[in-house]
Amino acid sequence: MIRVNGQYEVEWRPGMTVQDVLDALKFSFRMIAVKVNGRPVLRRDFATTEVPDGADVQAIHMISGG
Amino acid sequence: MLTPEAIQEMKAAHRVLAEFNYTVPKVHRGYANQTLYVNVDTGHIESRPVTAEMKRIFVGGKGFGLWRLWHAVTPQTKWNDPENEIVIACGPLGGAILYPGTGKSLVVTISPLTQIVVDSNVGGYFGPLLKFAGWDALEIQGKADRDVIIFIDGDAGRVTIEEAPLEPINTWPLSDQLTAMYAKDEADRRNVSVISTGVGSEHTRIGCLNVSWYDPKRGKARVKQAGRGGIGTVFRDKKIKAVVVRYTGMKADSNDPADIQRIRRVGQRINKEIVELDDQQNRMRRVGTAHLVEIMNDYDLLPVHNFKYGSHPEVEKISSRVWEKLFTQTHPDACFYGCTMACSKGVDRFVLRTGPYAGQCVTVDGPEYETVAGCGSNLGIFNPADIIELNFYCDTYGLDTISFATLTAFIMECYEAGILDREKTGGLDLRFGNADAALELLHQMAEGRGFGLIAGMGVRAMKDYFVEHFGADRAFLNDIGMENKGMEYSEYVTKESLAQQGGYGMTNKGAQHDEAWLIFMDMVNNQIPTFEDKAEALHYFPMWRTWFGLNGLCKLPWNDIEPADNALTDEPAKVPEHVENYVALFSGITGQEVTKEDLILMSERVYNFQRVFNLRMGSGLRQHDAIPYRSAGPVTVEEYESRAERYDKQLREKVGIDPTGMTTQEKMAALRKYREAQYESLLDAVYARRGWTRNGVPTLETLRRLEIDFPEVVEVVKAHL
Repeated sequence: MIRVNGQYEVEWRPGMTVQDVLDALKFSFRMIAVKVNGRPVLRRDFATTEVPDGADVQAIHMISGG
Repeated sequence: MLTPEAIQEMKAAHRVLAEFNYTVPKVHRGYANQTLYVNVDTGHIESRPVTAEMKRIFVGGKGFGLWRLWHAVTPQTKWNDPENEIVIACGPLGGAILYPGTGKSLVVTISPLTQIVVDSNVGGYFGPLLKFAGWDALEIQGKADRDVIIFIDGDAGRVTIEEAPLEPINTWPLSDQLTAMYAKDEADRRNVSVISTGVGSEHTRIGCLNVSWYDPKRGKARVKQAGRGGIGTVFRDKKIKAVVVRYTGMKADSNDPADIQRIRRVGQRINKEIVELDDQQNRMRRVGTAHLVEIMNDYDLLPVHNFKYGSHPEVEKISSRVWEKLFTQTHPDACFYGCTMACSKGVDRFVLRTGPYAGQCVTVDGPEYETVAGCGSNLGIFNPADIIELNFYCDTYGLDTISFATLTAFIMECYEAGILDREKTGGLDLRFGNADAALELLHQMAEGRGFGLIAGMGVRAMKDYFVEHFGADRAFLNDIGMENKGMEYSEYVTKESLAQQGGYGMTNKGAQHDEAWLIFMDMVNNQIPTFEDKAEALHYFPMWRTWFGLNGLCKLPWNDIEPADNALTDEPAKVPEHVENYVALFSGITGQEVTKEDLILMSERVYNFQRVFNLRMGSGLRQHDAIPYRSAGPVTVEEYESRAERYDKQLREKVGIDPTGMTTQEKMAALRKYREAQYESLLDAVYARRGWTRNGVPTLETLRRLEIDFPEVVEVVKAHL
């Protein structure tokens, strides 16, 4: 299981990437800063960075709009 | 209508009723150092000095507007009393064209919707041209006895009030006509900006102002709106058809900045960011704020059917992918010189199918996110052409698209709930999704006939009317009528963000999101879990955003584009590099060396002053920060059951109740009790953080700390301590 922002849970599967985690939560906003177990992941690496089982993921949405 | 003969005929009918000649001052360090007073009743026009103290405490923009308005009105002044003013101001950083988003005008008046001060910001060229024409602000007072145009000629140093009997009222085609009339030639049209409204402002309380800029690529005057709070209604109540400013020669150093190289450096830095990163980020240059439509839907935040729900299966029909194709994409589309953000979008060659201009081919400014969400999903309308048509007519009639949308959504829910029927609406079948009925209602509102007369009063007044005349249940109407302080909500669902409930409820002017948009921080990021965290956010962000309104700036270049490494900073939500830019911009123009903390202090002074202004006008207390329950939780059974899993989970985990075996009504009642208590606790926390009493009144200590403890301010506050 992967925990996101301390409140969402995503079922882990082998090979799961940061982008997969965001997609699972319908996090479609483009301006998201991601850390996996405290380590920043650049946007260009979302689709290639794997997330380990049990990871603590922060997906911080910047403020926009309004 | 735009033939030289037609323009000449209208111009020939003008008669100068009052004239004032002045020497155009050179703007120094961002200030013209005087404001213009125009009384359209007596014809009195004068220059009023801007003092050093006024600049220190109120900065400019909205601050100047509030200060001038404070002295113009009394606690008894109503929106349609002659002494009510419309004050339009730029700000010391307005017109700094080396940096994006510096063309805002800030407008204040006593609102017909809220009976307190409303402030609204708007793009276009008016504010900067006004300042370079010699005026930091324009105060308009009195009520004319005939239709007039105020013309400020910054080239000749002349202000006139002109009787203008022949021009139409509606922004389209008035903006084009007056741009042509007051420009010396085609090239000069870029130096002219027109403020106008439309006939809708004469018959409703939701009138807006349209502020123009000339778009040479299209050969047309385009418009942006000071939409909120019914300022257009006050404008027409004063029988003003338009305010026109002309100034030739705006350039990078027109503000006489103390250090232009400093401004150039930060300007180059952000312009590079926008060009390089916008396509990867919000695509503001392609679709403007409409990029938010499908995102809000994905996060269950898009208002659907009067804010009942946060998403809809048909959203793709009105998503940014659709708007990208409909918007003309052949050239950058900015509402002010030098703005690389260029998010002003337009639909060209649109053929109208209803109303007085049916069959005509027009350019429609927008729609922006608020209009798509409000006139689209919130009304159950998913045909882009219908949204464009509603957008055009709202603008042209001078009606705020947000208030129109939210009040129409309220009517539609009342209709479907059986409070209204065809007989009561004069035959309009105002169900969700009926675009024809919504358009007909809009035309009726503009023309002041039929059910449109009732709708045009706004949600708060309609609640009273429906109770009195139709026997409606007041408690239900209070729950679903999306207004705070009398202003209709803008277009975000806030049920799952307590902080944003406060962001609407505690807003000085009423339910607009421009003070705080905290939903992601709160609901999604879980960054502000405690009341103290939320209170800190509801202190910092309203103060930060207020600062844009003091300086003539657009908020969008602050956080709708971000440096590539912003995510790695300590406080990414604040966009620290852009805060540094603004420190440099203010210091570089005014010559006053400031810190980021100083910027917040500037806002705190004006923000608290506005809160006291509300107190003076009979509002501004805790009771006035109350919100409709629809913004905090599910009002109806179908609403609860549509997200039953979410709400049941919250009952278990947050409220500590096992919902098993409970009826939906019982579960709704338990959730409501919890959420309403949460909101009250939030008010306590925020008031404490802001230095206010538990009743929402700034303390004397707060006034002293902010140096706004003027005797007349203290007197107002003391009455509530």
